[in-house]
Amino acid sequence: MIEIFKHANYDFLGKKMVFIGLSWLLILVGLGSVLFRAFDGKDHTAPFNLGVDFAGGTLATVKFKTAPDPNTLRLALEKQGIEGPKIIIQPVTDEIGQAPKNEILVRLPNLVQVERQQGQSETAAKALSDADIGKQKILAALATFNDASTQGKVDINTIGSDNLKSELIGKAKLDPQSAEEAARAIIDYREKTRSGLIADLSEVKNINGVPPQIGESIEKEFFAGAASVKSAEAVSPQVGADLRNSAIVVTLVSCIAMLVFVAFRFKSWGFGIGAVIAVVHDVLITLGIFSIMQWEINLTVVAALLTLVGYSMNDTIVIFDRVREMMKTKRREGLEKLSNDAINQTLSRTIITSGLTFLTVCAMLVFGGEVLRSFSWCLFIGILIGTYSSIYIASPFMLWWESWRAKARTVKVVGQSRSAATPSDGGDPLTTSSAGVTPQMLAAAGVSTAPRKPRRKGK
Amino acid sequence: MNKNLRTRGIIIAIVTIGCLIILFGPWNKPKGYAKSASDFFSPAKLKQNLGENIRLGLDLKGGTHLVMQVQADEAITAMTNNNVQKGKDDLKKDGIQYSDIKAAAPGLIVVENTNPADHDKIREKFFTFMPSDGWDYSTSGNSVTFKLTNRYANQIRKDATEQAKTIIEQRINQFGVAEPTVQLRGREEDHQILLQMPGVDNPERVKELLKTDARLEIRAANGQRFATIEEANASLAGDANKVVLPYKEKKADGTLDTGFYIVDKLPVIDGGDLREARGVPNQQGFGYYVAFSLKPGGSEKFGSWTENNIGNYLAVVLNNEIRSVAVVRNKITDSGQIEGNFTQQQAEDLGLVLRSGALPAKVTYIEERTVGPSLGADSIRQGIFASVVGLGLVILFMLFYYKMSGVNAVVALVLNLVILLAGMALFGATLTLPGIAGVILLIGMAVDSNVLIFERIREELHAGKIVSSAVDTGFNKALVTIIDTHVTTIVSSAFLYIFGTGPVRGFAVTLTIGLLANLFTAVYVSRTMFLWIMSRGGRKSETISI
Repeated sequence: MIEIFKHANYDFLGKKMVFIGLSWLLILVGLGSVLFRAFDGKDHTAPFNLGVDFAGGTLATVKFKTAPDPNTLRLALEKQGIEGPKIIIQPVTDEIGQAPKNEILVRLPNLVQVERQQGQSETAAKALSDADIGKQKILAALATFNDASTQGKVDINTIGSDNLKSELIGKAKLDPQSAEEAARAIIDYREKTRSGLIADLSEVKNINGVPPQIGESIEKEFFAGAASVKSAEAVSPQVGADLRNSAIVVTLVSCIAMLVFVAFRFKSWGFGIGAVIAVVHDVLITLGIFSIMQWEINLTVVAALLTLVGYSMNDTIVIFDRVREMMKTKRREGLEKLSNDAINQTLSRTIITSGLTFLTVCAMLVFGGEVLRSFSWCLFIGILIGTYSSIYIASPFMLWWESWRAKARTVKVVGQSRSAATPSDGGDPLTTSSAGVTPQMLAAAGVSTAPRKPRRKGK
Repeated sequence: MNKNLRTRGIIIAIVTIGCLIILFGPWNKPKGYAKSASDFFSPAKLKQNLGENIRLGLDLKGGTHLVMQVQADEAITAMTNNNVQKGKDDLKKDGIQYSDIKAAAPGLIVVENTNPADHDKIREKFFTFMPSDGWDYSTSGNSVTFKLTNRYANQIRKDATEQAKTIIEQRINQFGVAEPTVQLRGREEDHQILLQMPGVDNPERVKELLKTDARLEIRAANGQRFATIEEANASLAGDANKVVLPYKEKKADGTLDTGFYIVDKLPVIDGGDLREARGVPNQQGFGYYVAFSLKPGGSEKFGSWTENNIGNYLAVVLNNEIRSVAVVRNKITDSGQIEGNFTQQQAEDLGLVLRSGALPAKVTYIEERTVGPSLGADSIRQGIFASVVGLGLVILFMLFYYKMSGVNAVVALVLNLVILLAGMALFGATLTLPGIAGVILLIGMAVDSNVLIFERIREELHAGKIVSSAVDTGFNKALVTIIDTHVTTIVSSAFLYIFGTGPVRGFAVTLTIGLLANLFTAVYVSRTMFLWIMSRGGRKSETISI
């Protein structure tokens, strides 16, 4: 059989202070990035790169016929009255073995407020009831990419099926029934065959379901524009704040729930606290790295953070479980030794599982596409940190808590010992050692700590 | 032992076949679809069934997701003003003295300069049309104050939201969107409505349609048209029962006719009396008009009014704008029309909005997400490809590292995915993009249970146990850990579901179903396979490939 570790026996907990120091360093670097970006006085830097879900604004995927030039698009958007530094333009990477996508992600800040302040009555009146007007701005900017000959014609690439139907009735003089069928056929062709953008108007005539007699009026009244909007998300600032708060509440509540559950299951607060401190540690470091790298944080990333919380918890519980199991037979060795042994004994499993999960995350990072990118990065870091924290963070904190509790208890016991202690258990390591295996924990592990009843004579 | 093994085999077979039937059966066919044998056996049909059974989120299949905010406080303002008006009319009718009745704030009515002797009467009057447990009554000096209680105010806001939801549902259904979802969203005090429309790629028309406020009234009018509002007001001369309204009519030739008319304050009939309203093409010209008909109660009112007012004018008022003014030539009982030289789309939409009634309060959009079908298709392809690669890597490793036992783990893993998908189909859970990511992750976590068990069996073998006993102990000891980790994650998923929104919720559902499936496959199925392998080797089986 192939084995990664033959007889693992490393002294993990001996060097715990070094690693806890390292963790503090990572957390402080992240915190430094957050503080620096918050107070550097620049408008367009924020502690975190919050996605439209949390910050409000518009996010659109725009597809072009030919490889797009981000700068031209930026200029076109600035002409629509949007401040240059606040426009974020990011090309979409092509898939391996697929035709070039020619897609760009455009992110705009929420414009509703701005428009209202400037008092542009007509737009503002419309904006008031809308989540955002970024999509209209983008469409207007894209329209400038088409040459003058298209003026007054209908763009077949940006129109929705419903409006296309009315245009076909009005301009190609189709009856409603066949207009609806033709509209559906054209949109289907655009979305499914051409992946969102028709390159040339002449293709439309040959689509199945489009009546041939309208070819001429199509050429006269329609055109295939240079770009289309494949998706658009608009979120008002108010919703953004709501979603942000609810994400924070969800994370806190689920951490507390796990703290209570683990403490209940292991009949000791130490285990619950150790596990939850490890999880909080993971979240803090991951957020810090997100701040440093300025990766976008959106609702999907919150789901990823929650996954890594569950994942890190999983790792920790496997180790704690082993500690609990060994307490049944080897409690005299002291909790610290047991913990270190438990980490060693589960080391193969920890490395294999982390490695495999890490592999799947790498697959996601490489093949999952733009939308999953932030999500994948979050897990990429989370799995590394989560594995590390269940070894170097969870156990030390559990041990500290238990030894602190044991000391507190010892003082109490010593105070009462004259009356309570029976002669037979005077030297019991349970109450005197600082290892901190408490009677409750042993009870949880199925070990009776009650002083043995003296055998009755007779009978 | 063998009998035990057979029972286990049968249970596993039933679960597997059951899941496959749930996944590939023709369960989500349109009504009236005649099922045939080919629905169960032809590969193309099975693939189609699978696509219909797994509900895809809007981010994958394309469509529009809209969140609306109901301006519920408007309902309170409207109701307060309404009560002020009623109070004025009623007190005047009974000759009770007052200088003014004001809506000092939404939910606060003040009757000023009254005779204290009348206070009881005023109170009685107001409480004939206002619920006495919804308003606090108080007096100070000569004035009487009615203040809306918080409880009743919340009730009104809640009702307004519910009512808006019903009306939006009606409008969206009549508009003909396929499979829309309309539901209240968030906390009760948020007054938000979520609308999901699969397949709608350009929501502008729907958005316009939903927020349109259409209050139709027919009022008695004075036939004289004024060019400016000042002239009209001068002619009105402070008559409390009449008001001046603007007049805008689009003529057949496209020109806009404008002006002002004096009309009655109270309508003869209003939107509540409508039975039906539809866009109809004009006989002359290209435009459309909206024809409406009245409910029995409304047509009675309208009939008797027109009978008594032959030769007088009436005005068709839409949203406080006069759309047309006409002379009553004879008794009209149950139908009328709104002129305006509309386009077909405008006429259809106006008819639809009128049919569904007026919104109790304005709605605004606070979140709008539109995903084109082509982007969704890209996401599915990439997501599935990433899953397959991830799964492939895991399978390769397991076979390489654990040899024959790896096969065991791979079977458990694949069955786990099948049960997960079947579970999602069964509970109608929606597969979203984060959901696909959750599935990929679950592959990694599902294999964890097998790793735990196998490593444990290896440990027992190292300790010198014979194979059958090592397998037994390995499974039993690993079981405790597996249950601990799974239950912890399920507990936290439950909280995610309760407190989370949107993608977080979908993620929690996927994760929970996956973990439950994993408990079954890793513990039960995997063990059965070990038992089966060992039973073939007989009692003496001394080696195991792990």
